[in-house]
Amino acid sequence: MSVRIQYFAGLREALGMGGEEVELPAGVATVGALRDWLAGQGRDALATAKNLRCAVNQQMAGFGVAVKSGDEVAFFPPVTGG
Amino acid sequence: MRVSVQEADFDVGAETEALAAGRPEVGAVASFVGYVRADKLAGESAADQAVSAMTLEHYPGMTEKSLEAIVAEAESRWSLLGVRVIHRFGRLVPGDRIVFVGVAGSHRGEAFAACEFIMDYLKTRAPFWKKEDTPEGGRWVDAREADDAAAEKWGQA
Repeated sequence: MSVRIQYFAGLREALGMGGEEVELPAGVATVGALRDWLAGQGRDALATAKNLRCAVNQQMAGFGVAVKSGDEVAFFPPVTGG
Repeated sequence: MRVSVQEADFDVGAETEALAAGRPEVGAVASFVGYVRADKLAGESAADQAVSAMTLEHYPGMTEKSLEAIVAEAESRWSLLGVRVIHRFGRLVPGDRIVFVGVAGSHRGEAFAACEFIMDYLKTRAPFWKKEDTPEGGRWVDAREADDAAAEKWGQA
């Protein structure tokens, strides 16, 4: 099983894609580690984004939250609805 | 239905009345409507240099869940008799309605408070993003620290 990654708003535009499926590399166990690994794969905007936020399985999450195969992980800028 | 995320406009009068219709225990309905504002662009002097439209993006699935969670949190804090939240997405122009929050209660106190609480939490927790059309092209709206402060005044959920 892989991890479904989604990108939104300015981050989606900067990366040029709305999401991707990745096989979780060994040793990547948290959202923060996943972000760092993706940034190292050429997703530079994940490293340079200010105030990057994330959600795991459609719940707001901190970067220390665990991630495992089958999860849906989203990265996005601070929200601006309402 | 308590939460709707939709492209279509909504009828404020009908939504507000529906919160009290046929429910004699309701003594107060408080509502909030948010509109697209024609903001002047920072640093621009010409009066016509304003936001001409905006596009609201959201995270389908998570949006509905987060709004339901915010409503549930409000219901755990106040004794409420009904809640309705509608948030639009897609392309909107100044004067268009964006969001409706209506709260029914026995008395005005809980209705006013819960309505403000839901808006404050929605602003910082529901996954929507605004992109403004400007004469120089599209521009993503920055989150405001004032919105974080407004949500924090209610304490931790």
